[in-house]
Amino acid sequence: MKLDSRIPEGPLKDKWTNHKNHLKLVAPNNRPKIDVIVVGTGLAGASAAASLGEMGYNVKAFCFQDSPRRAHSIAAQGGINAAKNYQNDGDSIYRLFYDTIKGGDYRAREANVHRLAEVSGNIIDQCVAQGVPFAREYGGMLDNRSFGGVQVQRTFYAAGQTGQQLLLGAYSALSRQIGLGRVKMYNRHEMLDLVKVDGKARGIIARNLVTGEIERHSAHAVVIASGGYGNVYFLSTNAMGSNVTASWKIHKQGAAFANPCYVQIHPTCIPVHGTNQSKLTLMSESLRNSGRIWVPKKKEDAEAIRAGKLKPTQIAEEDRDYYLERRYPAFGNLVPRDVASRAAKERCDAGYGIEANDTNEGVYLDFSSEIKSKGKEVAYAQGNHNPSEEEIITLGKKWLEEKYGNLFEMYEKITDENPYETPMKIYPAVHYTMGGVWVDYNLQSTIPGCFVAGEANFSDHGANRLGASALMQGLADGYFVLPYTVSNYLADEIRTGKISTDAPEFLEAEKNVKDSINMFLNNNGTKTVDHFHKRLGHVMWNKVGMARNEQGLKEAIEEIGQIRDEFYKDVYVPGSADEMNPELEKALRVADFLELGQLMAMDALQRKESCGGHFREEYQDAEGETLRDDENMSFVGAWEYKGQDTTKAVLHKEDLKYEFIKIAARNYK
Amino acid sequence: MSTAKNINITLKIWRQKNAKTKGGIETYKLDNVSTASSFLEMLDQLNEQLVSERKEPVAFDHDCREGICGMCSLYINGRAHGPETGTTTCQLHMRKFNDGDTIYIEPWRSKAFPVIKDLVVDRSSFDRIQQAGGFVSVNTSGNTIDANSIPVPKVDADKAFEAAACIGCGACVASCKNGSAMLFVGAKVSQYALLPQGQVEATQRVLNMVRQMDEEGFGNCTNTGACEIECPKGISLENIARMNREYLKASVK
Repeated sequence: MKLDSRIPEGPLKDKWTNHKNHLKLVAPNNRPKIDVIVVGTGLAGASAAASLGEMGYNVKAFCFQDSPRRAHSIAAQGGINAAKNYQNDGDSIYRLFYDTIKGGDYRAREANVHRLAEVSGNIIDQCVAQGVPFAREYGGMLDNRSFGGVQVQRTFYAAGQTGQQLLLGAYSALSRQIGLGRVKMYNRHEMLDLVKVDGKARGIIARNLVTGEIERHSAHAVVIASGGYGNVYFLSTNAMGSNVTASWKIHKQGAAFANPCYVQIHPTCIPVHGTNQSKLTLMSESLRNSGRIWVPKKKEDAEAIRAGKLKPTQIAEEDRDYYLERRYPAFGNLVPRDVASRAAKERCDAGYGIEANDTNEGVYLDFSSEIKSKGKEVAYAQGNHNPSEEEIITLGKKWLEEKYGNLFEMYEKITDENPYETPMKIYPAVHYTMGGVWVDYNLQSTIPGCFVAGEANFSDHGANRLGASALMQGLADGYFVLPYTVSNYLADEIRTGKISTDAPEFLEAEKNVKDSINMFLNNNGTKTVDHFHKRLGHVMWNKVGMARNEQGLKEAIEEIGQIRDEFYKDVYVPGSADEMNPELEKALRVADFLELGQLMAMDALQRKESCGGHFREEYQDAEGETLRDDENMSFVGAWEYKGQDTTKAVLHKEDLKYEFIKIAARNYK
Repeated sequence: MSTAKNINITLKIWRQKNAKTKGGIETYKLDNVSTASSFLEMLDQLNEQLVSERKEPVAFDHDCREGICGMCSLYINGRAHGPETGTTTCQLHMRKFNDGDTIYIEPWRSKAFPVIKDLVVDRSSFDRIQQAGGFVSVNTSGNTIDANSIPVPKVDADKAFEAAACIGCGACVASCKNGSAMLFVGAKVSQYALLPQGQVEATQRVLNMVRQMDEEGFGNCTNTGACEIECPKGISLENIARMNREYLKASVK
């Protein structure tokens, strides 16, 4: 396997422009002769399918949900970055590029990240033109806010529902193309294999989740935009259906899988409440603009809180440890996610956690200071220069409600506590996966004709993802990168003609899918799919979670192998193949998670440094900060599949060259 | 949470193998449900129990479990998304129920939402309404004009956002005695009616969306207001009024 990143020559700021100018084109009259499959309809998939359909290709789009409008991009809360410098605070394409590279702990490709920053402004223009109702200032201009890891206000938002509004924008563009007949939409369908003919991606095998029918679909190119793999941990902020299957199937067909160990643990989730919990809920990072994070300074106070004898509001200001402000004065509560998450873990491990669950894991996110300062500001703005304490608090709460009302409501529903009156309890949880299918600069995997976009690829975030950058990448890939690069590939396909689904490759792939379904349905084991998924998740969180070490990783590799063996021997899947069968869907996905989980541990084991979302306990400085090894570890770790036992997988390295910026220690102090 | 306790409940659930077979209510007993669990986590627990008894689990739609994707549905004790207002089923928690309660769970009921299996219905009619005109016809060229070149008054932007916050779950249809989709369609029409973008095709948009809505078999609005009350996102009836004005304007053009 050869990794050719195909990064264009020339100065950084001209690479994309020059590259675009030299990519091959497909003439408009030839495009209807060409079929493209897009798997997944989140921000990346919907925008790609809509754009390719608009160009005139025949597009088939697939999603497992009942409608493309339900893809998990819809749950992103906080915002989307763009280097517009509307706030005149020194932002620029270079700064967005630099912040993203630095935020990713210097483990992303310079050229890809610069392209992302370059098109970021276009994304906002595009979405506004589509009727996405971003937040506005009273003068009618777009409003911005700040996010973790940066010192400018470049984040565009729509209350706490930015992902929803952007996805519905992309969905409306997709709907338009479906209405025009240029995109054919396959709802409630799941891709279960990639079909290659002569080494090229030529189609997929999909299962109709309503009828159970196994379908063959051919195309001249396949785009995978199926999201991330955070659900390998069982508990995560991902939607329940989010899975790795599409990515994993192309990996099994020869696509390298890169940096699987890079998982973002988001610092502001609602802590785990009990053993029956099915998933975790995120509180937007934007709350860190207004909330201050703390734990008690005294251990006895933390113990009293956990025992229910003391309320957080009873802890005096001087007895609170605002640990992020203390450790990172320059960024304070707005340090990047990996830094904030580790700092919370450090305090809880030291015994200062405040949540009364079996792990005592939880810290406070407190809005009382903001209520007072904003309340006073609003009173003054209303001409009241001598407001009473009560007036201030009422106005401050109203201000918070306007900004974050839906998040506060959501918190109260889940926890039964009112965050306007008492601080939120939060703790880090698995959120976003920076690793994914290896792609070159054109977003093409190591399989010709198979492109990968959005969270499903590994390309732009390095070892950590800054807030408000996932939405940006999804839409950049789908609206502004793939239309050019996929066309470049398809330029050589205009004479190919229709691909027959009767080819032996299709028949064989279909047979394999059917065999594996029958294997599960006839297995006659004794344990449920979730039983194995939860066990896998437990190993992943404890040994491949927020902190990893050599011994734990070696144990994880061993244990996951055992769980996998047991899964195949003892899983019980009820129902039949020719009907809607959610347990069967889960079984097929968990089978893939059981291979991926082991690969994640392998990747974490070989990466002998700490960077971004990957914290190896052996590599830290005296103050507990991450210690990178730029000399030996400045590479993308891309794995080649060698069978179900992923301990046999082979590692390939793509060296990361930083030509345009100087690598420096990542310091947020 | 520290206030959580375990309760025992009886569930009366609609079971239906597929769209062609007749369905019926089945009764299940479920013990030790934590009041900190969500309603869907309670159903997960039931399904674990059913599978371990080698019975077929109950099919229900769900995905994000954060109240935003709109995938979950369920008629709970005769109300869309259950007893709490402004809440999706996934955000309803078992602390709202008592030990010993009997809970009825049924799928959305509407001609335009046929049952697929058990509690799962087909809502693709909503997609087809949107495909008929719920968009601004703008190409993805990357050459659109700067986003700030057309100022939008904050009040309009906020109202458009409130309409756009619809999650398309279908509770409005399910709770309407006429099976009307006018709250959903009104919300979408309103979002675009309130913004300067896409005004040139406003006439065609509302005519096409309303036509498709009728073709899908949704009923008419008789201003009962159940949709607004049961909407988990508080989408206002104002949107139906705005759609009617837009429709009237378009019809007389």
